[in-house]
Amino acid sequence: MADLKTLRRFSRFTGWLSPEVLAPLIVGFLILTAWELLVRITGLPPFLLPGPLLVIQTLISEWGSLWPALLITLKITGIAFLFAASSGLLIAVLFVQSRWIERSFFPYAVILQTTPIVAIAPLIIMWLRNNTFAALVVCAWIVAFFPIISNTTLGLHSVDHHLKNLFQLYGASRWQTLLYLRLPSALPYFLGGLKISGGLSLIGAVVAEFVAGTGGAASGIAYQILMSSYNLQIPRMFAALFLTTLSGVVIFIGLTFLSEALLKHWHDSVVHHEN
Amino acid sequence: MPDSAPLLQLHQVSKVYRNGTVALKDANLAIAPGEFVSLLGASGCGKSTILRLIAGLGRPSAGSVAWDDPSHQGDLAFVFQEAALMPWATVLDNVGLPLKLRGYAPRKIRAIAQEAIALVGLQGSESTYPRQLSGGMKMRVSIARALITNPRLMLMDEPFGALDEMTRSRLNADLLQLWQDQQWTVLFVTHNIYEAVYLSQRVVIMAPQPGRIHAEIAIDAPYPRREPFRTSLQFNQYCREIAEQLAIADAV
Repeated sequence: MADLKTLRRFSRFTGWLSPEVLAPLIVGFLILTAWELLVRITGLPPFLLPGPLLVIQTLISEWGSLWPALLITLKITGIAFLFAASSGLLIAVLFVQSRWIERSFFPYAVILQTTPIVAIAPLIIMWLRNNTFAALVVCAWIVAFFPIISNTTLGLHSVDHHLKNLFQLYGASRWQTLLYLRLPSALPYFLGGLKISGGLSLIGAVVAEFVAGTGGAASGIAYQILMSSYNLQIPRMFAALFLTTLSGVVIFIGLTFLSEALLKHWHDSVVHHEN
Repeated sequence: MPDSAPLLQLHQVSKVYRNGTVALKDANLAIAPGEFVSLLGASGCGKSTILRLIAGLGRPSAGSVAWDDPSHQGDLAFVFQEAALMPWATVLDNVGLPLKLRGYAPRKIRAIAQEAIALVGLQGSESTYPRQLSGGMKMRVSIARALITNPRLMLMDEPFGALDEMTRSRLNADLLQLWQDQQWTVLFVTHNIYEAVYLSQRVVIMAPQPGRIHAEIAIDAPYPRREPFRTSLQFNQYCREIAEQLAIADAV
């Protein structure tokens, strides 16, 4: 029994070291090495392009100011994401209740999505002058909620025709059909929307922080990027940028794991075919 | 046709779709309790339309569908060509669905669903997901889901059409066994002559364009029908007779 456990742990470990993981790691390592060499050989000044080693050094030395800033941005991202997920789901459910609701309101969801956030962020920040945090959350939410609405609406509509007939045949109520048929059918689509929306929440938060920062309002990691560039602290700017990107990757990986865990029994995107 | 009063009677039923297609024209059909009737014909001759109209998944454009007891008219089950299982639910939950929709207590659903699963020979697969099942096993789950409400009429729309020949034969035999044991009434749609003859007491031959009932042939062979029946002279004579009728139906 213990042996089996060890074996499984070992196979998981080797799974992490599979070619799929190793290949991009090697590419990354080579690029960073080339970058470091380029900076050293050409003697580029750090305020133009710092080498990766200097960025890491700066990251460590500036950790005390960058980490709290990152936490603020992640908090904005997380709250906006939760709002986007719940409001997107709720609106999608409303949309499928009647074709007319969908036809009447969907265009406005599109308009909200296609309006550049950089353009309306100053307005929102001005309206919520006393609460920058809330303003930033609203901006990130606007960017993040559309993929969830459109994906989930599509999912709620793509119900197996025969299953729909079956529910009708057994006299299922609207509520039962939603709960036992439409929502489960939409789950893979909803999760797909979450994956897109997770990254967008972060981007929305960063963009809004930039806009707020130019207006003088301090906030999270994007504000630190902005300030570092103003002060020509380019290595610090790179360190903050690195933290932001890393957060985006972590969010994506987390949502991918969530999606796989929820769909592991049934969906084609997760079930591995042997042929 | 048996003497007992029909369970269900179609009187001059027609169905015209909005685009003008006449899917079914003036169909008359009576089904007695306990009968096994097949609707046989090429695609587009209104076989599935008849099932859908009986199931109430559409209204006839003309004519009537009358039940012996109107209060029981929803008391039927439908088996589709695809197993139509919920991929996110286990075999047990799929089979128990009709009872769940009718508000049974979970414990009771579980007990009844387990019985139904055993009836179709799938005991032990209760907690598997549809993905892990073969086509034949999926169809068995679908049949278990249909029988769980103890319906007065079982509507089957080419349920074994997508299966390989061996699986089909096996399921044919098992279906006949269940029909006898459970005293079902079955209306079975197929485009396979051999399947229709092997299973049915009565084969209703349908003609296309517009979909209509062309002829009825009674299969006077005793049940249980075992494997040798499939190769008997009598079986072949029925098949030939039906093939001739189908040829006429197509030509008209």
